[in-house]
Amino acid sequence: MSSEPHRGSPTVYARAGEPEGIFRHYIFSTNHKIIGLQYFFLSLAAVTIGMTLAVLMRFHLAWPAAHLPFLTGGIMTPEQYLALVTMHGTIMVFFVLTTAPQSAFGNYLLPLQIGATDMAFPRLNMLSFWLTLAAFLLVLSAFVVPGGAPISGWTAYPPLSGMGEITGPGEGVGQSLWIASILIFCVGSLLGSINFISTVIDLRATGMTLTRLPLTVWAWFVTAILSLLAFAVLFAAGILLLLDRVAGTSFFLPSGLVVSGELQTRAGGSPLLWQHLFWFFGHPEVYIAILPGMGVVSHILANFSRKPVFGYRAMVFALCTIGLLGFLIWGHHMFVSGMSPYASLTFSLLTLSIGVPSAVKTFNWLGTLWGGKVQFQTPMLFALGFVSFFITGGLSGIFLAQPALDTTLHATYYVVAHFHIVMGVAAIFGIFAATYYWFPKMFGRQMNKALGQIHFWLTFAGAYAIFMPMHFVGIAGGIRRYADSTGAHYLVALQPLQRFMTIAAILTVSAQLLFFYNFVWSMRKGERASANPWSATSLEWATASPPPSDNFAGLPPTVYRAPYEYSVPGAAQDFLPQHLPPGHARPSRQEPGHAG
Amino acid sequence: MMCCQPSRTRNRACGSALPALLLAFFLVLVVATTVLIFALHLYPAPPPISHDAVLVDRQYDLTLYATGVAFLVAQLGLAYTVVRFCDRGQNARFIGGNVVLEILWTSLTLLVFVSLGVLGQRAWADMRFTPPASGALQVEVTTYQFVYAFRYPGADGKFGRLNPNLVNAPAGNPLGIDPNDPAGGDDIVVPELTIPVNRPVELLLRSQDVVHNFFVRELRFQQDAVPGMVIPVHFTADEIGTYEIVCTQLCGLGHSKMHSLLHVVSQSEFEAFLGRRAISP
Repeated sequence: MSSEPHRGSPTVYARAGEPEGIFRHYIFSTNHKIIGLQYFFLSLAAVTIGMTLAVLMRFHLAWPAAHLPFLTGGIMTPEQYLALVTMHGTIMVFFVLTTAPQSAFGNYLLPLQIGATDMAFPRLNMLSFWLTLAAFLLVLSAFVVPGGAPISGWTAYPPLSGMGEITGPGEGVGQSLWIASILIFCVGSLLGSINFISTVIDLRATGMTLTRLPLTVWAWFVTAILSLLAFAVLFAAGILLLLDRVAGTSFFLPSGLVVSGELQTRAGGSPLLWQHLFWFFGHPEVYIAILPGMGVVSHILANFSRKPVFGYRAMVFALCTIGLLGFLIWGHHMFVSGMSPYASLTFSLLTLSIGVPSAVKTFNWLGTLWGGKVQFQTPMLFALGFVSFFITGGLSGIFLAQPALDTTLHATYYVVAHFHIVMGVAAIFGIFAATYYWFPKMFGRQMNKALGQIHFWLTFAGAYAIFMPMHFVGIAGGIRRYADSTGAHYLVALQPLQRFMTIAAILTVSAQLLFFYNFVWSMRKGERASANPWSATSLEWATASPPPSDNFAGLPPTVYRAPYEYSVPGAAQDFLPQHLPPGHARPSRQEPGHAG
Repeated sequence: MMCCQPSRTRNRACGSALPALLLAFFLVLVVATTVLIFALHLYPAPPPISHDAVLVDRQYDLTLYATGVAFLVAQLGLAYTVVRFCDRGQNARFIGGNVVLEILWTSLTLLVFVSLGVLGQRAWADMRFTPPASGALQVEVTTYQFVYAFRYPGADGKFGRLNPNLVNAPAGNPLGIDPNDPAGGDDIVVPELTIPVNRPVELLLRSQDVVHNFFVRELRFQQDAVPGMVIPVHFTADEIGTYEIVCTQLCGLGHSKMHSLLHVVSQSEFEAFLGRRAISP
């Protein structure tokens, strides 16, 4: 990879002019900003559905016998509950946590932040979005086919997922649609990641060296590499699973299977093979969801502390280390799967090692705040919330990384609490921080500050109220994916905690209406935003809000300095934008110094 | 020194101390509540019933203390930092990093995390790296939607051959025991697991259809049962009593109902159990 920035403006990729007509401009657009917004609204629709499913699940867990008027029969059946489990996980992981941080914000901002006019392959970019949308509609359609949505969870372990409806309702057409959706999603993500990688390597503005990239760009770049490698494996695994279902193959099905009393004619496959392939994707996926949030949080903490990011190089190194180690620890999902116990030892030590770069990031975030001039704008509050949740969720992972402890916590609500806090809540706080932060750039208006702050406090307190008690349910042995939370006798004692969490969830989800209201209202009525309302340094703030179609109105910027030059001693103002030529500021110190 | 008090130099645009104090308050509340619930053992795991389970609990406690301190320091550190450095008109310090600090905290966390991992291997190795002690009681566990079947080898100490073609639950042969194999004649198949106290037990886990799991909280132990595999695991229960066996691996619509019991009984009661079963199959 060349560390030299691209010479001159990348005219090869420049558009001939404004696309004609509303249809081409807003619907079938090849402009990265429109595509970014399309991804954003797709994930907004997805998160609304995903949250609704979660509330239904929580309601059922708290009051299993409650009569729900919209269900045939009134009371939720186990297969309906498990369909919610599967669809909530699938929608949230793929269409929210993968789509919003990377595809939505990455698309919108990455070209702007590196001073490019668009992504490297605009038409491919459009295709990525439309494939993702098709995948989304396809997975939703599983709800309305005979048998309903699949009940095998988002992990879809065969043989449950590999044999058709003989293993359960939803395992017929619903499961096939689910796999087809995931395959299409994989293609969209693969094309997207190629685009991101090419753009970062080839389209950086003059002077935008690798060490001058904002940490957001580094995060999207590393995430794109993870996507490229991880989704390729999921794609292959998905095809094999589909073949097992429709073509009678036995990649994941061993001989001697007797399902519902009937001997099956499959032979030679291994259920564990799916688990290895799935988690080889599934674990990096966790980092695909969280790394962009880490980039966003570093960016925002620096901005509102009015300080350079503490340990920029350490942050980049930590991102890359997390990316690398992320591919070597998938086996910690399989400690009790029947995998060799010696393999567990290796996976355990590597998993604990990934805690190191994660801790390094946390220390550097605190270091960024330390000695700063901390301003509590809404995006900053969400970024601070991210740090708090990342600490909590990261530390609970230290338990699960040890096979001896996993053997008692595995598949309990402890795991649900852990991954919801670290990849769900933290990542969503990253998304909220990004939304409040870049809203003025996207729409030329500010979101309402008071509403934003109330939204933060309710969500912050609410998320802790939902997920902290969940750890205790798990420690006491509460099992996840149980349609009946009184299934084992000892679970009855945990019902009060289940009710508490459900009430907290209903309140927290209701609080999100504030966000939606604020978002829609501010798009039309919000206070007008200037080009650079946060007094920030990176290139997206060097152009108008919202930016013109080609981003910099035909004048791609040249970059002269590091990305986070806040409070440089002797400078006229407390931030020096990256495109500000040396003559306009005190030229003696271009890079942040090191404290002695 | 208390900062964030209103001062004349405060930046009016964003200089309120209120969000800083509120955030600090929330963080302290979260930490305090969490510590309190752990300290009071409000939602504990049930008492362990094996030596391995005691080792697991020890490692759990060690991990809880280590991560607990980190949780406390990090969250309260965050709370202190936002209050101490909230905007009251001061100038931020232009600090780009500190190599010594980076090296220090990287090595420190590496040391703590990897030490925990290495220490934790003891309990794991005890459970999984060693074969069961000689003279262990062998019981085969077969799972299928949504049932456990436990098979004892009977007086001859040998399991009869299984043939999936012969599986026929309505006809009383849910496991497909081959009638042509004399070793299978005295096999005992029961829906609940009865074992003698203080005797090593080796379970051979199998599944007929999808992936299931065998989990007993009091043993601090679980293991998936995977079709196509026979997975041997072992433990020694040292406390007489009845405990719940649950399935933790999503196995279909009856997953939450997949449930059985583990009876840990005295040696004489165990022999009586085997005797009863041998007479009336």
